[in-house]
Amino acid sequence: MMLTVTDLSIARGGIPVLEGLSFTLGAGQAMVLRGPNGIGKTTLLRTVAGLQPPLSGQVDVTPESLVYAGHSDGIKPTLTVTENLNFWAQAFGNHDISAAIAAFSLGPLAARPAGALSAGQKRRLGLARLLVTGRAIWVLDEPTVSLDVDAVAMFAAAVRAHLAQGGAALIATHIDLGLSEAQVLDVGPYRAKPLDIEDFDGAFL
Amino acid sequence: MIALLTRDIRLAMRAGGGFGLGLSFFLIVVVLVPFGVGPQSALLSKIAPGILWLGALLACLLSLDRIFALDWEDGSLDLLATSPLPMEGIVSVKALAHWLTTGLPLVLVAPVLGVLLNLPEAGFLWLTLSLALGTPALSVIGTFGAALTVGLKRGGLLLSLLVLPLYVPTLIFGAEMARRGAEGFDITTPLLLLAGITCGTIALLPFASAAVLRVNLR
Repeated sequence: MMLTVTDLSIARGGIPVLEGLSFTLGAGQAMVLRGPNGIGKTTLLRTVAGLQPPLSGQVDVTPESLVYAGHSDGIKPTLTVTENLNFWAQAFGNHDISAAIAAFSLGPLAARPAGALSAGQKRRLGLARLLVTGRAIWVLDEPTVSLDVDAVAMFAAAVRAHLAQGGAALIATHIDLGLSEAQVLDVGPYRAKPLDIEDFDGAFL
Repeated sequence: MIALLTRDIRLAMRAGGGFGLGLSFFLIVVVLVPFGVGPQSALLSKIAPGILWLGALLACLLSLDRIFALDWEDGSLDLLATSPLPMEGIVSVKALAHWLTTGLPLVLVAPVLGVLLNLPEAGFLWLTLSLALGTPALSVIGTFGAALTVGLKRGGLLLSLLVLPLYVPTLIFGAEMARRGAEGFDITTPLLLLAGITCGTIALLPFASAAVLRVNLR
């Protein structure tokens, strides 16, 4: 197994949001996280990515095998598309960005400053970053925001190609990606119980 | 690491990068002081080392909040934190990039601006040397302050208040070294103390900065 989550409880802003969550993700597998707004999908992904510690439970993953993509793409508006991708490729110890540019058809935009791109084009650039990292597990938070239908298909194709190479993907999304092989995990049932009222008072007394 | 350094320098040089901000502030301070003090060249040359040091320090302070704030806003900081670069390396490179784009230009223009303040001839070498020795400490300490306040909206005020007391020793020994140099006294003691402060902060503070950055990213 590439990623094993055991009896995980997580909190956002000091308030528990999910508890008792367990799942595994192996090579070639994708998992789609679903659940209403505010349930803790982003918090879960950030915990898996190692950006914040869990309340309890365990995340077993090699940190060096994982790449995280959040709500914002980490794009510098004054650098060109190529410079942005080159930077991330070098940061992850790679050099070749041509495959990533081709996968998200960024070729015609390659010399443009990223600040001049539309929201959807920026997102495509943000997703192309995943390909240049060469990491096996993709942890993606709402990757399809502001993408059009064609770009969503491009993204789904990129995920499929990644899975075919033995990668894995953990994706929080609200829309249908057309990834029929992906397991779906609805995190709704794992919602943390509200704090006990007496305990709640206790913190203030 | 080198990729991060070249990216940061490139970002600083491009439009809106704030490369000239510290320099122009330094220029303004040094040009305006003689107007405020009046045409007394003896007094000016006496206070020149202090004014130049103070101007350089404030110019440095001006660009500190950009070190992490921009990367935090556009999400790069999260992505850098999950990249293979160690956090200590990231903050060290950030501090180095800040020094190369802010501290080093200040060191280079200080002798030129010294003329405006009637800095004694003997002082030019020691002023430049003291700034070259002291400004790296300003950048490293400032990076620590920026790491502490990353994620706070309009954190600049808090950042200045946090960093100013930490800047005091550098200012005291830096200005003292420049003053003694200008007046032809022995500069060994302030030189050693200033070098010690710089080496100490460069050796220790990146670890503290990395630790607070990890907490702030949660």
